[in-house]
Formats: sequence, C-alpha cells, structure tokens
Amino acid sequence: MSEVALGNAGAAIRKANGEHRAAFVGYLPAGFPTYDGALDGLKALVDGGADVIELGLPYSDPVMDGVTIQRATEIALAGGLRTRDVLSTVEKLAAYSDVPVLVMTYWNPIERYGVDRFAADFAAAGGAGLITPDLIPDEGAEWIAAADKHELDKVFLVSPSSTDTRIAMTTANCRGFVYATAVMGVTGARDKPSDLAAPLVARTHATTGLPVGVGLGISNGDQAAGVGAFADAVIVGAALVRALGDDGPTGVRTLAEDLSAGVRREPRTFPVR
Amino acid sequence: MSTVLPDQFGHFGRFGGRFMPEALIAPLDELTTAWREAMADREFTDEFERMLREYIGAPSLLYDATRLSDVAGARILLKREDLNHTGAHKIRNAIGQALLTKRMGKPRVIAETGAGQHGVATATACAYLGLECVVYMGEVDTERQALNVARMKLLGAEVIAVKTGSRTLKDAINDALRDWVASVDKTHYILGTAAGSHPFPAMVRDFVRGIGDEARAQTLELTGKLPDAAVAAVGGGSNAIGLFTAFIGDEDVKLYGVEPGGDGFETGRHAATISAGQVGVLHGARSFLLQDDDGQTIESHSISAGLDYPGVGPEHSWLAETGRAKYWPKTDAEAMDAFRLLSRTEGIIPAIESAHAVAGALDVAKELGPEATILVNLSGRGDKDMDTAATWFGLAEKGSGE
Repeated sequence: MSEVALGNAGAAIRKANGEHRAAFVGYLPAGFPTYDGALDGLKALVDGGADVIELGLPYSDPVMDGVTIQRATEIALAGGLRTRDVLSTVEKLAAYSDVPVLVMTYWNPIERYGVDRFAADFAAAGGAGLITPDLIPDEGAEWIAAADKHELDKVFLVSPSSTDTRIAMTTANCRGFVYATAVMGVTGARDKPSDLAAPLVARTHATTGLPVGVGLGISNGDQAAGVGAFADAVIVGAALVRALGDDGPTGVRTLAEDLSAGVRREPRTFPVR
Repeated sequence: MSTVLPDQFGHFGRFGGRFMPEALIAPLDELTTAWREAMADREFTDEFERMLREYIGAPSLLYDATRLSDVAGARILLKREDLNHTGAHKIRNAIGQALLTKRMGKPRVIAETGAGQHGVATATACAYLGLECVVYMGEVDTERQALNVARMKLLGAEVIAVKTGSRTLKDAINDALRDWVASVDKTHYILGTAAGSHPFPAMVRDFVRGIGDEARAQTLELTGKLPDAAVAAVGGGSNAIGLFTAFIGDEDVKLYGVEPGGDGFETGRHAATISAGQVGVLHGARSFLLQDDDGQTIESHSISAGLDYPGVGPEHSWLAETGRAKYWPKTDAEAMDAFRLLSRTEGIIPAIESAHAVAGALDVAKELGPEATILVNLSGRGDKDMDTAATWFGLAEKGSGE
C-alpha cells in the first residue's frame, strides 16, 4: 500500500481528512433542470462547501438510481442534453473553482463516444475522473488503460455483498478514492444511515491506502456527521437533486452548507491514513 | 447440456459479459455456481425433465403444416410451443429457474415481462412450487396485455406497473434490477430471455434448448433428414436460441432470426436490433442495441409487446457477426398478414411474435425453393394478442356482439 494513486479527488479528500474531518462529495446531474440551471446548482454546491463534485451524465437506463435521480436525468435528456454538453459543463466548473470534478456515468455513453477519445476530451476539459456504477474492473480494461494514459481517477464501487477478494481486486484498480455503497439498494434519501456501511469501510480500508467514500442514502448534516465518523468522504446525491428541483440553487447551497457543517461536527478520532 | 460458448466470464466472442453494479456480482457468482452445479446434478435435471414432461406437456408436437406449405411453396414444419402449459415456450425457462430458486433456498421471485407470457409462466411456476412472485411490467404493456395481467394476479403474483421511461419491457427490466439489488439475499430474478448479464444468456438457453433438441429428433423421425432451415422470431431471443442451439453444429441447417420491423425501417419505429442497431452495453451485456449517437437507448416499437425491446441476447449478436445465423426484419403489417394466413390455412391463431417467424418463413421458402423443409418455431399462442389483432383487422367494433 505504499504507492497510493490519490489523483485530484483523492488529494482533495486527504486535504479534508488533514483537517480532522471527512470530505463532502456532492452529486448533481448535468442538464437538470436545464443546462444553465444545472451549472448554477453545481456552483452553489461548490459555494456551499463541497470538496469534490460528482457530476452525473444523464442516461436512459440508470439501473442504480432511484426515482429522484432518474426523473432528473429524464428531464435533462428530454431537454436535449448531449454528452458534449456534459464536457462543456465540466469545463465551466473547472474554470469556476479548483474543486475536482468527477463524472458519474453508466458505461454505454462512454463506449459510444469512444473510450480513449472521451478520456482525452474529458481531461482537456479539466475533469478529474470517472465513477462507473455499471463497470467493474473485470470488464474495464479499455477504460483503465485510457484513464492511466490521461492520468484520470478511476473510481470503482464496492458493495456490502462484495467478497474480500473482490474488494482487494477492485481497490487495486482504483485511483482517487473507492466508492463504498452503504446499502444494498439504489440511490435515494433514506431515514437512517445503513449499518452495513461501517463494516464495509473497514473491510475496504484493509485492502488499500486510498480514501473510502460512502454513498447511497445520506441526506442531511446529521447523517453526514454519523458517516463522516468512519468514512473518508461522505457522498450525497438524491437529496441535493431534490433541493435543486424544489428550491433551485439557493436550496442546493443551504443543504450543501448543512452537509458541509455535518462533516465538521464530530472531530475524527482515527488518524489520517 | 451446454455448448462451448460462452467462456467462463460469459463472453460470446466480444459480446456478453457482466456490465453490472458491483452489488450484483456476488449474487451473479452465486447464481452461476448454483446453475452449474444443478445442471451437473442428475436429481435436478431429472426433476426438471419430469416437470417438462408431466406439467408442461413436453415434448411439444411437431406439426406438418401442409396447407400453409402450399401457400409458402416449401414444406413448413411448426414446432408447437403454443401447446405448452400456459401457451408459450416461456414456461420451460420459468420452471427451470423456479426450480433453481428452490434449490438456492430463496423464497421470493421477481420477473419482468413484456407481452406477459414470461410473467404468466413465472407466476405459474411460483404457484406450482410455492414461491412468492412479483412481476414488473411496463405500464403501456399492462394496457395492451390486460388479460395476462389478470392471469398473473389470479395465479397469486403481484404485478407492478412501471411508469418510468418508455413504460415498456426495458423499463420493467430496469425496475426489476433495482428490486434485485435491494433484495438479493432472499430473491431470485427470473429473467425471461436469453439476454442480460452472465450467466443469464447461457442459463436461459440451457433451460429452453429442449425446443430445438426435441424438434431436431422429431424432424429426423418425420422426414428422415435434418431441416434445411430453422426460423424463429427474435426480440430478446430466447425462443430462437432455444431452437437454434440444437443446430449450430449442423452447418447445412440455415438459421434465420426474424426481427420486429415495426412500422418499417424508414420510419425509425421498429425493434430490429441486429439489423439496425450498433454494438453497445445494455442491461448487463455487450450486444447489438438500438441507441443514438450518445449511447442513449432508443425506444423500440413493435405491434408485438413480446418483441418490443431495444436489445437482444449476446449469443445472437455473436451468431450474426460470425454469419452462422441471418437476421432480418418483418414489419407489423407483414407479421399480421402471416397471423391471418396461419389462422385461415391451419386453424392455428399464433402469438404475434410467432407470426413474425411465419412471415419470415415465407421469405425463406422463396429463397430455398419447393424442395426445402423449413422448421418454424411457433413460440406461443395468440389468445393474449386477440385485442391487438381484433383492432388491427377491424373486428372489434363496439356493439357488434360477435
């Protein structure tokens, strides 16, 4: 574990960990409710204290997403959003701040764009890396090669159902951080955090020196504080999407500040790895 | 019972594989192991074959369709999967996977369905074996297949109408996958076609390959030789792969897959995935699919709810790319002409899926000539499609009372 490929996202998370807190990773999809509306929401997310931005690439068949994100991405696609618009959103965000931008994307749009071509264009736009919910390293050779060539972060997922062997294989292929799915389920705000998350983070930490982010089901500062006590990063999506839909960028900023305060509430007791 | 392909990771050449959330990899591994062990266990295969024989009615008849043959200009043999219990080939796969569910010790089953035949088959198998059953169905399909929704409910299944996306089969699959991610510890997902992530394409093929194995033996017995061609409709592709598997090694037997041409190629409203699609990833596998320049799935269209799917099983993509099988589309109108033709020449009202195969067989007969014997998979019966057919042929006038 001596050579840890932190990349831009991992470095930002470790910077937060150096302040004895978890990092806050915020998700919003491109193109929702409009191209410009999404950009305003993303800027509000940065202004509200996000350490890393997870930008969703809207896709027609988002099997890992619950109804909130699916509806938002349907609206984005119905509004005519194209993959190139996602790239231009990345470019504008990169110009707005130094907060690393990762794109969360199902695999087919990248394959259709051309894997190496996308990696090149995305890197040129100032993007940090990809989170790939339906691409496991077993099928990801082409992406791994392209990401390595363009020095992009490769964030693969681990799950409570993953074996220790699979977790080790997956983390060995990650760069930036590792995305731990806290629940057996899809995205969406939940009443209480999962009790599956902490053991999964511990199992993941045992295989890698990379930061481990926890996502799925976190929607407020209290939950962020709870998860931030054991995870290196707290990832929030559906609640922010709902806030943008209901109250626009102001709603995003308010929730982002609550989440940002949440990860600062309880000083982390375990050392930065 | 399995052929050489796929490889251990589920690849048919460059097609297939596992493009799935990590959360489902362990359950897919568990399923792969359970399926392989079951197929190697004589007790399991004997029980499966007993159920096929005593509950389903297998082997289904091979019927020499002489009046249809006169019209077609070649000898047409119909593999009568429409005579199976529940009226379609789908019951073979549903029974096989339900038996596997019991073996894995899981009490709950989920399924997706388009035309409803897979949903009815799964609900039937679950009732027979005492399993809880939830079926996801696109809202559009629940409307055009209302009779099958009633059948599923009567059999004890919960039917959930999916209101996202195109509200058809692909969205039902998405919602079934979401359910599965959240419930894998007690639930098996009985996928209804030979598509999706490994091991589903190979596993479904193995459960339905009796169609072709039976037809091969029956044709040899009836005619003394193998058929010149085997023809089947291809949506996701389970009935076709069930037929083709028995003949893949017989190079003299031409294999033909008939795709749903919908309103016609030129309109863009069709579901001819292999003929008009590009290689991509959908629902866990690399295969041909209908997609736009950005890789977004294009909504498919077919008069047949059972064929209305923008993807296709990866083995069909491999058979198409290697040239072993040929695929081409027949339009809604051509399929409905064949629907009426079969009804009037043989007194057999087919499923609209199967009517596509009959329409394709007419083309094949022209190509191969009068000496040819053409085996056609009549994958299902037309009861479920009577509303659609009555509307198409103008037989559903209000107040006619007939």
